[in-house]
Amino acid sequence: MRASIIAVGLLALGTVAQAEDKLILDGSTTVGPIAKAFAEYLMRQTPGVNITVSESGSGNGAKALLNGTCDIADLSRHLKDSEKQAMAEKGVKPVAHVVAYDALPVIVHPSNRVKGLTIEQVRDIYTGKITNWKEVGGSDQTIMVISRDSNSGTFETFKELVLGKEAKIKEGAEYAGSNGAVRQRVQMTKAAIGYAGLGFVDRSVKALEINGIAPSQESVLAKTYPIARELFMFTNGEPAAGTLAATFLGMCRTDKGREIVEELGFIPVTVKK
Amino acid sequence: MRKSEHIILSAGEKARRKILGFLGRSGLFAVTSVAALAVLAIIYFIARDALPFFREAGCSEFFLSREWYPTHQPPEFGARAIFAGSLMVTAAAVILAVPPGIFAALCMSDILPFGTRQVLKPVIEMLAAIPSVAYGFFALVVLAPMLQANGGPILATAWWAFALPTLAIGSVVAADLLTPERLAERAHRALRASLTGVFLLLSLGLLARVGDVLARLQISSGVNALNASVILGVMALPTIVSVSEDALQAAGRELREGSYALGATWAETLVRVVIPAALSGIFSAVLLGVMRALGETMVVWMASGNAAQIPKPWYNLLLPVRTLTATIAGDMGEADQMTGSAHYHVLFAMGLSLLVFSFMCNLAGEWVVARQRRKLRGE
Repeated sequence: MRASIIAVGLLALGTVAQAEDKLILDGSTTVGPIAKAFAEYLMRQTPGVNITVSESGSGNGAKALLNGTCDIADLSRHLKDSEKQAMAEKGVKPVAHVVAYDALPVIVHPSNRVKGLTIEQVRDIYTGKITNWKEVGGSDQTIMVISRDSNSGTFETFKELVLGKEAKIKEGAEYAGSNGAVRQRVQMTKAAIGYAGLGFVDRSVKALEINGIAPSQESVLAKTYPIARELFMFTNGEPAAGTLAATFLGMCRTDKGREIVEELGFIPVTVKK
Repeated sequence: MRKSEHIILSAGEKARRKILGFLGRSGLFAVTSVAALAVLAIIYFIARDALPFFREAGCSEFFLSREWYPTHQPPEFGARAIFAGSLMVTAAAVILAVPPGIFAALCMSDILPFGTRQVLKPVIEMLAAIPSVAYGFFALVVLAPMLQANGGPILATAWWAFALPTLAIGSVVAADLLTPERLAERAHRALRASLTGVFLLLSLGLLARVGDVLARLQISSGVNALNASVILGVMALPTIVSVSEDALQAAGRELREGSYALGATWAETLVRVVIPAALSGIFSAVLLGVMRALGETMVVWMASGNAAQIPKPWYNLLLPVRTLTATIAGDMGEADQMTGSAHYHVLFAMGLSLLVFSFMCNLAGEWVVARQRRKLRGE
């Protein structure tokens, strides 16, 4: 039903779009590339449409939606209770749209002998209970723990899915400012462990099996890979059918949208028929 | 226009000039005050957002605890390790940059031919024009892997490269200064030569000993306090070189010639006359370097590793540390300003601490410079 409305919306775009041909997005640096690719495609398809995408982090995206400075907020996590509360007080009604799935592979140097860890072992490494690779079947090296900065949605997701509410990352852990920087650090450091979005993991690093399951599109869609998350776009209220916002959000279910999401290394929400 | 028209003015002309003069003065005053008011406004707005944190959480946790978990439930805002990180990186950068910086300034003002200086100074000043993110990228992508792959040999080589000339020059100068003046020329020369030899031998022993220790070091993480300090040192270098060179130049030709005329050697002139005369300027240069290193954000965010810990032992530069500036830059996005969270205000508390610290540095600098001036005037 919804898909058909979106299809109608797409067809109607040429006529309706003139009324509101501007769309402003802000938020997660993880979702940002998807939003940018969608925006580029839509702007090429329908001249006169103007879509701006900023990447200032999930927290800033939520803030922008709350302040009304963006139409769609990109978040790599769900809204926090405090954010929901602030929005309720201001009369903003956030509606979540899942645009893609992302998995957080735990990555190590390619020369590392360890093939897989349990999620508990990953937690113990990050909290400092396990400090040497030989404790988990590797060679005798002190583990270099690398995390994303606590400002990132990636960190929040890792904390929520792996560490849990109580655990704290150990004192000596390094913090890197982007997914690319984490990969850079891990591919250069033999004893390192890190995590980054699936889209950032290539052959220069080794992704570990978690609880015996390797991170991949299939394992994420089957919901067997444990460190996976939904990527959201939030709007203030459900956008009316036929508006640019509705078309934009519907992109992720079109063939072109799926292609874009896959190209960026994420996992589309629907499987191709 | 005849001359008399300039001197005798009509009443109207007089008033017109007075008004114009007043307007000109007040216009200039307004422009000048904008700069001063901007500083006051910055202090006001930072303090306004910092005070709620101190009111809510008090000072003891912020300054005394090392537990920095701002996004944990409940959050912990112990910034002691972060203060230590800032101090450590800044101090190391200054230690690395000041001796070569002052040496380079001395070289350019008193030792190298004038033509060389005219080429060298702009080149060194160009270092200041490189954007800090480029420095950070270099630190992360080039320097960090290099330090990890063969950190020990690199450290040893760097030690030799920096310490050898420093100690060699130091030995020669020290021998020259320590030799008593009253000896006959031949004995004087012989004593000076043997003293130089002894100092050089001692220096070589020290060089070899430290170099050996450094060569055996293994660096587990290339993004650490040392990496950040080296890059910050390079960034502070142009300021230090340029400002102290200006100060040394300003000491003047007459002063140097006077010193030579009194029979002082080149080394004596440099060490006892030129450097003391330029000391306040050199001090300002060092202070500007400190500020540059303390306030730099992008490089430390990329190169220091951002681990909120106090290294053990405290002088271990090879461990990752976290600085105030990097914490402010890194955490500002997530810190929830709409709900006025403590995490948001704690960052302003850090900003205020940085501001207070540089303010104190500036005051101390002014004081030293003023005292030095008084001393030079013989008061």
